[in-house]
Amino acid sequence: MDMSGEYRIAAPIQTVWDAIQNPDILRGAIPGCEELEKTSDTDMTAKVSLKIGPVKAKFSGDVTLKDMVAPNALKIEGEGKGGIAGFAKGGADVQLAEDGDETILTYQAEAQVGGKIAQLGSRLIQSTAAKLADKFFANLKGELEEA
Amino acid sequence: MTDQGIGARVLRKEDKRFITGKGKYTDDIVQPNQAYAAFVRSPHAHANVKSIDASAAEAMDGVEAVLNGHQLTGDAIGNIICGWGITSKDGSPMNMGAWSALATEKVRYVGDAVAVVIADSKAQAQAAAEAVMVEYEVLPATSNVRDSMKEGAPQIHENAPGNQIFDWEIGNKDETDAALASAHHTTTMDITNNRLSPNPMEPRSAVATFDESEDHYTLYTTSQNPHVARLVLSAFYNVAPEHKLRVIAPDVGGGFGAKIYIYPEEIVCLWASMKTNRSVKWTSTRSEAFLTDAHGRDHVSTATMGFDADNNIVGFKINTKANLGAYMSLFSSSVPTYLYATLLSGQYNIANVYCDVQTYYTNTVPVDAYRGAGRPEASYLVERMMETAARELGVDPGELRRQNFVREFPHQTPVIMAYDSGDFAGNLDQAKAAADVAGFAARKEEAAKRGKLRGMGYSNYIEACGIAPSAAVGSLGAGVGLWESAEVRVNPVGTIEILTGSHSHGQGHETTFAQLVSERFDLPTENIQIVHGDTDKVQFGMGTYGSRSGAVGMSAISKALDKVEAKVKKIAAHVLEAAEDDIVIEGGEVKVKGTDKAMGWHEVGLSAYTAHNLPEGMEPGLKEGAFYDPTNFTFPAGCYICEVEVDPQTGVTEIVQFTASDDFGTIINPMIVEGQVHGGIAQGIGQAMLEHAVYDDDGQLLSGSYMDYCMPRADDVPNYTVSHHSTTCPGNPLGMKGCGEAGAIGSPPAVINAITDAIGNNNLSMPATPSRVWAALQQVSAAQAAE
Repeated sequence: MDMSGEYRIAAPIQTVWDAIQNPDILRGAIPGCEELEKTSDTDMTAKVSLKIGPVKAKFSGDVTLKDMVAPNALKIEGEGKGGIAGFAKGGADVQLAEDGDETILTYQAEAQVGGKIAQLGSRLIQSTAAKLADKFFANLKGELEEA
Repeated sequence: MTDQGIGARVLRKEDKRFITGKGKYTDDIVQPNQAYAAFVRSPHAHANVKSIDASAAEAMDGVEAVLNGHQLTGDAIGNIICGWGITSKDGSPMNMGAWSALATEKVRYVGDAVAVVIADSKAQAQAAAEAVMVEYEVLPATSNVRDSMKEGAPQIHENAPGNQIFDWEIGNKDETDAALASAHHTTTMDITNNRLSPNPMEPRSAVATFDESEDHYTLYTTSQNPHVARLVLSAFYNVAPEHKLRVIAPDVGGGFGAKIYIYPEEIVCLWASMKTNRSVKWTSTRSEAFLTDAHGRDHVSTATMGFDADNNIVGFKINTKANLGAYMSLFSSSVPTYLYATLLSGQYNIANVYCDVQTYYTNTVPVDAYRGAGRPEASYLVERMMETAARELGVDPGELRRQNFVREFPHQTPVIMAYDSGDFAGNLDQAKAAADVAGFAARKEEAAKRGKLRGMGYSNYIEACGIAPSAAVGSLGAGVGLWESAEVRVNPVGTIEILTGSHSHGQGHETTFAQLVSERFDLPTENIQIVHGDTDKVQFGMGTYGSRSGAVGMSAISKALDKVEAKVKKIAAHVLEAAEDDIVIEGGEVKVKGTDKAMGWHEVGLSAYTAHNLPEGMEPGLKEGAFYDPTNFTFPAGCYICEVEVDPQTGVTEIVQFTASDDFGTIINPMIVEGQVHGGIAQGIGQAMLEHAVYDDDGQLLSGSYMDYCMPRADDVPNYTVSHHSTTCPGNPLGMKGCGEAGAIGSPPAVINAITDAIGNNNLSMPATPSRVWAALQQVSAAQAAE
């Protein structure tokens, strides 16, 4: 299950780079995010509510930033447990490129689910995950361009 | 004679309660002080269990206890076992990995239970199960044989290097190799038998009650064989000794094999009942059923069949790799071996057959018997090979079969089985006539005018039923004897109770077994009650699977009836002052032949119990029992012919005609037998065209609901033409062969042979969904374009 995309964000690369690590911005950008707290420079805990097919679940888990090459690249990884609904984990490789005053963001994301979500919603995961990934980066762009 | 004896279409006695919703199933049982179990199951296919935190769950409303595998093993509850030992080629025993009813260190498939919550209500139990926090260290997983065999594959059980369970063989290897080397023509195919989920209408359920004052357990459960369940629960799982454990399998809504085994949940309910001193009930959800009911099939084979210049089969060599899942279920090892490879000679006279089978662990739910159990895999392989060989040799597929049929009985195959009877050509002729094979070409032409591709396929299946005799299965590794027991109780008023070790979960035993008695004593079936499914009532029994209830179970009843008949005649001869040989039983009376001297059937019963006037030395009462152990398997066989029409634009396939000619030996109730054949063919069509249990590479079950697992519906199946051409089975007193699985065994190859005939491409795997059929058609188009 591979997903990728590209966004042009009307903000300088350093602003985008800082935003991706800002829990307030991430909270607004992650679809269904209810809580997000920073526990270190690269680690956060999050509660995310998601609906995949017939399964609706609240996931508690961790978000980690790694492989950081400021201000051009990093990897965002998340892993959450949804109780009886199972688990979800995923990550995105993000690249930032400067283009004048603007920034080109590209990402390649992957997601994996298990337990009841996989059992009941397997047909829908590809499309749902692709939609969620795209929504995250669209939200990020929106927050940055509004700011 | 009554019109309710052998051969009569007696309406099913049990249907009144079933169709009015009055059946009594395990989930209908409500015990005083009953609590509910909910299992905490792994969402990972393979992981180490690092910790289980039940503190939040334990504090929740209504929670009685949260129990885990360490407590279970701490109470000396034994590991779940496979009851059929298989020896590898090199003489080593099979590598059976430990299976605890609640996993302790490691989980091995999605759905593996690690803990159980016992609570006042089902909802409370489920909510608390969700609050049990389990920390897993996720391990790489494998979900199929191809990946499990690879070097460096995740190791699922420590004692099974390379995940191999056994490497077994049967037949004459050197002779087969030589025959194939010198063959005039060989046909080779790779054949996959798709994995299936069993789908009995009633999900599994258990209600366990521990009586502290008596130190006694009662278990209501959805079992096809309650005595076997009690034996195993007692002897291997140490739940309780047999005399302190009563197992009742009340009305059971379908089994298809999936309810033969003793699963973790029954064991845990019994143990939890003792731990909490409450009755504990668990009923599987449909989601849990998909995850935890033992699956069926899942074979990958390569086969080569050799023919001489006259198209006689000279040799047949098969390699099969079978997926047995994460643990070895109760009879799992027998399915891809003695229930499979022993039928690879098919209906054919083949001097040389060799098959070797490797079985592997994967991170999937265990695989065990499912309607047919090994025999559908064998018949699919043999009959796909025969059809393909006929196409390659350019001969009529029916005639290639006819030429190679076994014609003389008994016939010893190179793979253990000794066929005792049959008329394979007779079944072929009957099916060909009923299917109007002669008119097929015209029908094909007419279909082409409508833009449809019409095809026809044969399947001449043979199977081995009545799984027995005990000494034979024992020599092949079975841990149990496979006889059956029965008891006939004639009451003082003349009504009769038949206690049987067979179990009815849809087969209609209450009707057919009563017909047997009706035939013998000329009594109406309403005077006869069949008692089964309760270890406190029936002394012992081996249960119902492998189409054995007729050939074995009814034979045991017949033996007990012999003894009752003998005693009845003795009593009547004494009372009527006649010779025993002159006594006949008919019309509700026991008479002296050729005279008007008679006593009512009920008067004989009364005489036996009043004991006022019995022959010298005779014990009072009229109750006899018998244990019956047959002399051989039985060999139902038949010919199925399927005709399909494929829409080349969409790949949608319609079965337009399905003809069956079966040889089941003696038939007790044709209506019930036809029902069995209809249901079996529907299941076979399901396997051939619709059903597929699919795991992704990480071991997640993708076909986990009816949104993704497609069961046959009424509009997926045609009106069947079912007929019988029977030979009497010499191996049992009734001449019966068994009919429960034949439809599911014989039909898949007929369907796929028909579809591949229609589309002109033999490269098609089950299930032949429209997308697969369409893709196969595109291969044909591409090949034609390239020419």
